Amino acid sequence: MDIYEPFQQVSMWGDSFKVEGGLNSIASPMLLVNTSMENKSEFIPHEPRDSSGADQETTNKDDSKVLRRLAQNREAARKSRLRKKAYVQQLETSRLKLMQLEIEIGRARKQGMYTGNALDTSFMGSSETINPGVVAFEIEYGNWVEEQHRWNEELRNAFQTNASEVQLHLVVQSVLNHYSDLFRMKADAAKADVLYLISGVWKTSLERLFLWIGGSRPSQLLNLILPQLEPLTDQQIASINKLRLSSQQAEDALSQGLDKLQQSLVQDMAVDPLTAANHGFQMAIALEKFEGLEGFVSQADHLRQQTLIHMSRILSTHQAARGLLALGEYFHRLRTLCSLWTSRPCDSIMSPKITP
Amino acid sequence: MSQEKLMHYQVDPWNCYMMRVRRRRMEEEDEMERVMRIVSESAVVIFSSSSCCMCHAMKSLFCGMGVNTMVHELDQDSKGKQMEKTLMRLLATNSTTLPVVFIGGKLVGSMDTLLAFHVNGSLVQLLKQAGALWL
Repeated sequence: MDIYEPFQQVSMWGDSFKVEGGLNSIASPMLLVNTSMENKSEFIPHEPRDSSGADQETTNKDDSKVLRRLAQNREAARKSRLRKKAYVQQLETSRLKLMQLEIEIGRARKQGMYTGNALDTSFMGSSETINPGVVAFEIEYGNWVEEQHRWNEELRNAFQTNASEVQLHLVVQSVLNHYSDLFRMKADAAKADVLYLISGVWKTSLERLFLWIGGSRPSQLLNLILPQLEPLTDQQIASINKLRLSSQQAEDALSQGLDKLQQSLVQDMAVDPLTAANHGFQMAIALEKFEGLEGFVSQADHLRQQTLIHMSRILSTHQAARGLLALGEYFHRLRTLCSLWTSRPCDSIMSPKITP
Repeated sequence: MSQEKLMHYQVDPWNCYMMRVRRRRMEEEDEMERVMRIVSESAVVIFSSSSCCMCHAMKSLFCGMGVNTMVHELDQDSKGKQMEKTLMRLLATNSTTLPVVFIGGKLVGSMDTLLAFHVNGSLVQLLKQAGALWL
């Protein structure tokens, strides 16, 4: 027994050196080899007690195979650990990038509210086809809003510098033309997609609170700018009251017509479930109704424009300029308030309220 | 006799055409007369279609102002199609234009004309003149 032990150890050392030569292993596996071999040497002596020299040789071969397999296993484990480490690092960097992108989107959404709206809502159910008319309108409307801001500045400047009647008149006319541009743009958008226009997704969410057939209520805007126009003559007051009444009556009439259109659309959709034959026919009839929708949007915008024009005729140039400034300022404040609302901190929403 | 028949055949097409033109002109005049007769019967006459929603809006507008109107539903009239064509000719337009309103026997027009008149105050004037509104 004593004779074999040192012999075994020497051969094992030889094998361990072979192992080192075979694989480009670093020091630590070597130490592992040594320790494992030392462990093994405790057991092995029990076997060769009864074996001959030939058995010792095969045991050596087995040992070398075992050693090689163990070393390969170690190597594979090491590579696996390195891969895992790399993957985790990649995940960490992606997570940081994601947080950064989310912040950027929040910022961009705050600033570019009118450009983001249609894209935000279009994913909710509509197909992937992009309507060029809608995209064009989005861009044009964005520019229009910026220009409205510039005209507000122009009007304010004219008041501050005590501009002449003629100059003021020019500015007033330009602003009225600017509104005409908007109505023309809306008419084009209605042809492209009337449902998009009438739903007001192209406006900020706060403006949509006051939506009436794809825009504002003329009578509501009249009431809004009235305080800014004083002092008014008695005749002017009478004319404005008549205008307000006419506008309200027209708004009611158009609302009722639109209600009837909605009802008829619902009736078209409510098919008898047992007769599925006329399905396509019903759909065709319903699609025709969308032309009727275009008509209502057209009349509503027509009403808005006529109200603007008639107001500008009732008022003096100075009063008209004040009224238009009040109107532009109102919309600007609505949009500012809306962006404040959308950029409120998310903590107040996300954190659960702990009730005592 | 066959030659007479031949000559008769050669002259006929022009006569036929002239007769058709004359008949159509007479029909148009008849229709125009019919329309004029209808619009002179009431202070406010609306030519409408029972399924048209803009027509409903126009009826609601006059109703809201307290004005009684005579409504002519063309889709329920046997000569409705021809009357619609006559109205289109009156308005000098190729597209279907219902509703069309006449006040005091005179043509006012479609919804957009009506709204423009209402906003600038001339609608109330017209209605008072026609005796449809008292205030």
